[in-house]
Amino acid sequence: MIELLLFAIPASLLILGALIVVFAKNPVHNAMGLVLTLTSLAILYITLNATFVAMVQMLVYAGAVMTLFLFVIMMIGVDKPEQTKEQIKGQKLLISGTLILLVSVVVFIGLQNGLNWNLLFPQSEISLEGTPAILASALFTSWVFPFEIISILLIVATTAAIALAYEFKQSSDND
Amino acid sequence: MSAEIILALIKPLLVLGLLLTNTIILIWLERKVVAGMQSRVGPDRAGPFGILQTLADAIKLLLKEQILPMKADKAMYLLAPIIALVPSFLIFMIIPLGPGFELTLGGETKFIDMVGADINVGVLFFLAISSLAVYSVVLAGWSSGSKYPLLGGVRASAQMISYEAAMGLSLVPVILYSGSMSMTKIVESQAGNLSSTIPIVDSIVSFIPNWNIFPQFLAFGIFFVASIAEVNRAPFDLVEAEQELVGGFHTEYSGFRFAMFFLAEYINMFNMCAITATFFLGGWLGPTFEGVLPQFLSALMPTIWLGLKTFGLLFVYFWIRATLPRLRYDQLMELGWKRLIPISLIWLMLSAIVLGIRDFGLPWS
Repeated sequence: MIELLLFAIPASLLILGALIVVFAKNPVHNAMGLVLTLTSLAILYITLNATFVAMVQMLVYAGAVMTLFLFVIMMIGVDKPEQTKEQIKGQKLLISGTLILLVSVVVFIGLQNGLNWNLLFPQSEISLEGTPAILASALFTSWVFPFEIISILLIVATTAAIALAYEFKQSSDND
Repeated sequence: MSAEIILALIKPLLVLGLLLTNTIILIWLERKVVAGMQSRVGPDRAGPFGILQTLADAIKLLLKEQILPMKADKAMYLLAPIIALVPSFLIFMIIPLGPGFELTLGGETKFIDMVGADINVGVLFFLAISSLAVYSVVLAGWSSGSKYPLLGGVRASAQMISYEAAMGLSLVPVILYSGSMSMTKIVESQAGNLSSTIPIVDSIVSFIPNWNIFPQFLAFGIFFVASIAEVNRAPFDLVEAEQELVGGFHTEYSGFRFAMFFLAEYINMFNMCAITATFFLGGWLGPTFEGVLPQFLSALMPTIWLGLKTFGLLFVYFWIRATLPRLRYDQLMELGWKRLIPISLIWLMLSAIVLGIRDFGLPWS
């Protein structure tokens, strides 16, 4: 019973947050909806015994990334309602078609399994005590090469962003 | 209902009561300490030594009218004080207040640990939740629909992100040194006295407790500065800055909503000091005088030690507030990004190398 509640409350909050992200008119409300979604997702991670992933989710996404989002929204002042006019022809029709398709796929898979939605949490075999250590040893031994490649990728992206945004002084014009 | 659930319900209530009473004392203490440093008397009318002044202020704020600004974004404006309070209560839940004790109730003995929740990634929990605290300030500033609060909110988001990085980085060497991310384990790893392999040095240092502040003194310095910035206290209180921004992010708040921000600020400050004591000053460790004092008193000694350390740090906070002028915005950013973060990175590398040599030997041997 308590397990079901621990799943149902964050899960419904997550869906509520996602709906706010899509439907709210004000960008700040959208951002806060996303924070709600990310936080509820972190709670779901905790119920799955993945405390480390949950904390990193909170720290990086809900904490840092979303604060920067809010900062940008407030700094450049886009806090006015967005345009709701249709930009692409037949946009609504296409989207509702895709939505119906998706829902029917989910219902089909559900019916195939005889409506047996397994909501109970899988038993984890890894001891809770060592999750950071297990993750770290996997990351720094067998996956060290992809890990380093990703870090280089991030540095390249950062450098490129700075190079694009930085205003180089054009001294040749004044000569 | 099982005992675990009852315990899980009792603990938050106890924490709520403790933090609220504590805040009343804390505000009075700050006013007295700062008044003393500025050769004033401070509050002295309500109750003995004015100790009931905070209570009187709280009742006044409760009875005052709550004003909703015309241009405010209503939902966010009402939500912001609540968002301010929740993280401050959550962070206190992971601070170990003592070694725990055994309680016999109805013939059943149960071990009760003196911590809200002893999670194995406590350090990360602390960082994650304290990074959520920024939302209250930013939202309060933005939703008020007024210029000064917005400036305060924008400042807050930049400041808290910058110093969070330094704070997190300064904690990594401590985690490496203690070998765990659980708050309880970090406290336990600081038991005993310092020792050295050099005989002469050993006879000197063996009196000093094995607290993290001694081997990790630089991390302590960075963490202390960053923690003051994180709770927006002077000299890093650009978020409020009475002289330039009226009151910063809470200018438009009145009555009890203002009191909630005030409460959150003081609880955050207390939390930050208790966490500093836990990470660097041995937490609840200290002599319990078992056999000398009556049993219940020596069982309470760990909590008293933690309280003493926390209030000692809080005194330093008040002291700094009474002495140092506020930093300029560019100075604040420069200190965070150009001084604290590089120093903490270098210190992290040094600690890792030293610990690596200690555990695995020299690379060429």
